[in-house]
Amino acid sequence: MMQESSVLAIGGGFLEATVRTATPLAFAALGECISERAGVINIGLEGSIIAGALGATVAAGVLGVGGGFAVGALAGLVVAALFAFFTVGLRADQIITGTAITMFALGLTGTLYRSIFGAAGVALDTPTAGVVRIPGLAELPLVGGALFAQPLATYGVTLLAFVLAWYMARTHQGLALRAIGEYPDAAIAAGITPRRYQALAVLFAGGMAGLAGATLVLAQAGTFVEGMSAGRGFIAIAIVVLGRWRPLGVAAAALLFGAANSLQVLFQSMGWQGVPYQLFLALPYLLTLLVLAGASGRAAAPAALGKR
Amino acid sequence: MRGSARALAQLGIVLLAGLALLSLLLVATGHAVGPALAALVRGAFGSSYAITSATIVRMIPLGFAGLAVSLAFRAGILNIGAEGQLLMGAAAAAALAVPLAAAPAAVGIPLLLTGGAVAGATWAAVAALLRLRFGVLEVISTIMLNFVAQYLTGWLVRGPLQEPTRVNPQSASLPSALQLPVLLEGTRLHVGVLLLVVVAFATWWWLTHTASGFRVRAVGMNEAAARSAGDVAVGRTIAGAFVLSGLLAGLGGAVEYTGITYALYENFSPGYGYTAIAVALLARLHPLGVLGTALLFGALEAGANAMQRDAGVPSVVVSVVEAVLILLIVGADRWSDRLSARAEAAT
Amino acid sequence: MSHSGAPAGAAPEHGPDAGGAPAFARAASVTPLLLLDGLSHRFGRVEALRGAALTVRPGTVHALLGENGAGKSTLMRAAFGLLQPDRGELRWKGAPHRLASPAAALRLGIGMVHQHFTLVPAMTVAENVALGGHGRFDPAQAAARVREVATRAGLTLDPDARVGTLPVGAQQRCEIVKALARDVELLILDEPTAVLAPGEAAELLAWVRRYADAGNAVVLITHKLRDALAVADDVTVLHRGRTVLTTRAADSSQEALAAAMIGDAATGHGNTGPATTGHADTGRADTADTVGTSSAGPVATGRVVLALDGVSVRDARGVLLLREVTLTVRAGEIVGVAAVEGAGQHQLLRVLAGRMDASSGRVQRPARVGFVPEDRHRDALLLDAPLFENAALRGAGARRGRMPWAALRAHTSALLARHDVRAPHAAVSARTLSGGNQQKFVLGRELADEPEALVVENPSRGLDFMATAAVQSALRAARDGGTAVVVYSSDLDEVLLLADRVVVMYAGQLIEVARTREAAGRAMLGSAR
Repeated sequence: MMQESSVLAIGGGFLEATVRTATPLAFAALGECISERAGVINIGLEGSIIAGALGATVAAGVLGVGGGFAVGALAGLVVAALFAFFTVGLRADQIITGTAITMFALGLTGTLYRSIFGAAGVALDTPTAGVVRIPGLAELPLVGGALFAQPLATYGVTLLAFVLAWYMARTHQGLALRAIGEYPDAAIAAGITPRRYQALAVLFAGGMAGLAGATLVLAQAGTFVEGMSAGRGFIAIAIVVLGRWRPLGVAAAALLFGAANSLQVLFQSMGWQGVPYQLFLALPYLLTLLVLAGASGRAAAPAALGKR
Repeated sequence: MRGSARALAQLGIVLLAGLALLSLLLVATGHAVGPALAALVRGAFGSSYAITSATIVRMIPLGFAGLAVSLAFRAGILNIGAEGQLLMGAAAAAALAVPLAAAPAAVGIPLLLTGGAVAGATWAAVAALLRLRFGVLEVISTIMLNFVAQYLTGWLVRGPLQEPTRVNPQSASLPSALQLPVLLEGTRLHVGVLLLVVVAFATWWWLTHTASGFRVRAVGMNEAAARSAGDVAVGRTIAGAFVLSGLLAGLGGAVEYTGITYALYENFSPGYGYTAIAVALLARLHPLGVLGTALLFGALEAGANAMQRDAGVPSVVVSVVEAVLILLIVGADRWSDRLSARAEAAT
Repeated sequence: MSHSGAPAGAAPEHGPDAGGAPAFARAASVTPLLLLDGLSHRFGRVEALRGAALTVRPGTVHALLGENGAGKSTLMRAAFGLLQPDRGELRWKGAPHRLASPAAALRLGIGMVHQHFTLVPAMTVAENVALGGHGRFDPAQAAARVREVATRAGLTLDPDARVGTLPVGAQQRCEIVKALARDVELLILDEPTAVLAPGEAAELLAWVRRYADAGNAVVLITHKLRDALAVADDVTVLHRGRTVLTTRAADSSQEALAAAMIGDAATGHGNTGPATTGHADTGRADTADTVGTSSAGPVATGRVVLALDGVSVRDARGVLLLREVTLTVRAGEIVGVAAVEGAGQHQLLRVLAGRMDASSGRVQRPARVGFVPEDRHRDALLLDAPLFENAALRGAGARRGRMPWAALRAHTSALLARHDVRAPHAAVSARTLSGGNQQKFVLGRELADEPEALVVENPSRGLDFMATAAVQSALRAARDGGTAVVVYSSDLDEVLLLADRVVVMYAGQLIEVARTREAAGRAMLGSAR
């Protein structure tokens, strides 16, 4: 009986870590999903995440956790606006622009962080988001902690996935978005202005990525570290592929990556030694490569993705 | 030629804009612009030591990485992985230095450099394979591989390649026989700079005067036409250019290891692979132009170091400027495209 | 050439007026539905429209005729709000309007079915038709609407089919339903029969007639005289951006219309040369019904240059695109390929040219085969590279060692001179050349090393009359010089014009037919022999 309960405990811990780690990934990926449906691949998403992280760090000290999330979303949105100006407005190459935006945001956040918090730079008094337990359900074995004892952000992103799924399938705007990403000329002939939709989609993705960054700080790390986005913006792109550009699929794919991130926790609690911890750190990136190489992924992509 | 005059003018405007932005950032973060900029210039060009051992020394890895990126971009390959390829080049050289520790310079150095080049080429080959066989966007795969290279290095310097006392996360010091000879007594300037110049000229000549170089350019300009009208084996051409690009970056990593650092450690590259994108774009992807822009960015980074040391300005400020420079170049290109389209329409 | 009677309430007709003024419109007491007057527009340096005019009476079919490049599509794109003309006025039911976008045109009641479909292949028919709506989207409701509109118009269409899987004729019906679902009063059809086989085209035209008889107005943009005269009430002819003729169809003749299209004034002078005007469709190609027009050479007895034996091609998903095709092409003959879109001609041409591998069967092909693809910007040219680099493309795949740039420049200059390509020198970028000159350049490049075979795809697409003539005579010259030539054109008349022998592709299969319109037309639809 001791065995069973410790298995449940370990499993529960792993699942809880999975869901927690998946939350920022899901925010970023859901945002990117909408952007890519509109035909824009936002390599600069990473920049929005780190901007959101810094914005949340700075704002939470003054405005509390809620304010932190709001400002984080705004910061991500501003970075995305810059990206949209170049790619949707000037029709510049999406990949090069996105890369430059990411470099820019990483550098700028580093600069601002140092000048705000000093060269030693540790934001010590950032408030963190508390866990919201749903009474009764949170006590369920194995899944209780994972599903019903998470910060608000997790419940938020779950709701977001469902809302986006409904939006894409059951509104004319969702239909228009799909058309723009598949065959923009058809949208134009139907009286739709692709640029407006694309700009809004990119901004939305930026806001969601900003929320992802805020979640990283306020609901996970508890502080800001330079470069803490650690490639999540790019991993989000892989998650969108794995989720077949469908919001619910994307949310599920984010869980997979959350699990990869949490494997280290699992291995350690099971007492399995001998595997260098760098392998666990590298796992999400290797998984991204594997997912992207999965042949069936390409076929489901919006046909006009990345085209100017 | 009107084309290159316009390019130079664009370059000038972009640089001025970069300078303006830098000043803006300095003011915004509460630093005095004058002393900071003075420290920047001094750190880059203030003395012969600064020029040789700060600026040119940084120009070398930027040059190799810049050549790698510009070659790839010419072929239409968005290789953002120069960072990882460079790192793997250094790691391979460090790994080879163990069995070759007692080798004479004439044998050991070429072997280390070759090993680095091969490692960089192999790292790029992974991304090339993923693109050609599975259609994976190389932007993403090369960035992912950058992270993997980083963690791999972290493991190497704490594990198999760690220095004998097992205290610091870095490799053993490179024996002096295997270090690249210094060109000027009393400086850190090593023969790597000569190698860079030779490689740059070779790359330029290959691109412009050989059939295989022409194929790479044609594929970069229009893959469909190259395939249909030129009967070019597009897949093989792309793979070749991608691997060559990785080779150049890997060579740069090995040169940096044998010429300056003499050891492998976790933050071996302060973002050379990413700066190289700005280096390549600003040089309009011209291999000889890369020599010039690499020098410029080498100066910028040397100056940034001095700015941090003497004026307390965090060197990361410069990376912001570099990123904005890329945006400005991209924007300027699109703007001049629009202007010439409008000019044509008005005639 | 039967037509419905004049719309109710119209005054008695005046006599025919071969000038530009729409006398019948002035005479009628009914306000024109759509009036375009004095429209001018340039694209860059090219004047696409120079004071063009068009008047559409309600309840009529109005044919807008003109050769390629005359400005027909440009004029109607202005009417649909896809572009804003530099000058000119548009009146809808008498009131002036400025249409800023297709949405504005749709609001007035103007709908357009484009030559290149604007359908999203990945979405269903119902979704495509519903595109552009507002608020909630209900798939079931959308499907019902499609059924309703289609039934009312007398068209068959499955709302739940994914557009990408539909044949071209069905896609076109989807486009039509899309326009009709907006409750339009004026339907513009841009070259609707271009993608259809003769039988399908006849069905469509019959439907157009019924639709107009029911009280709606249709503008039929076409370069095919026959189609126009078959169904139109009124005809307007554009030439080089100007309206040169407006008349009732009943009051005109093929000859007069053809002359106007070419640019000879209403004196009705003949054509400018023997059989070079395939695009103006003077009806001469009708005489190809009898064997032996002047353009055909003797039956070729040269050696076999290209041969396909039981060749099949599968795509990535295993779908058969070519089914066991057998064909021989000899030196010194032109084999013309006729087909509707998607019948496999794309693959056939590329297998013959060595740009695509066969999945099975034997292919005999010389080492050097020239290839002029349909989309020269995408498949034949490096637009931003100098002409001599474009010339160097030929054979680039096999070249080794150094690039002999000096020799290549000289070679390019010679090429420009020999093929009358208007370019200042060999170092200008390909982009600066006009479409006709680009095509002449590509053809010259492919012929430069005297290949044994030449494969050409839609050689005159988008070219004006002069360039078309030059290209067609270059093809004949190649044939006369002993090259084996294979030509595909989506314009059946061009095929019949150029070919010594005609083969037809249908659903991936190839059969040879007599050089007649009737035989080819039937084979294109699959009812062979």
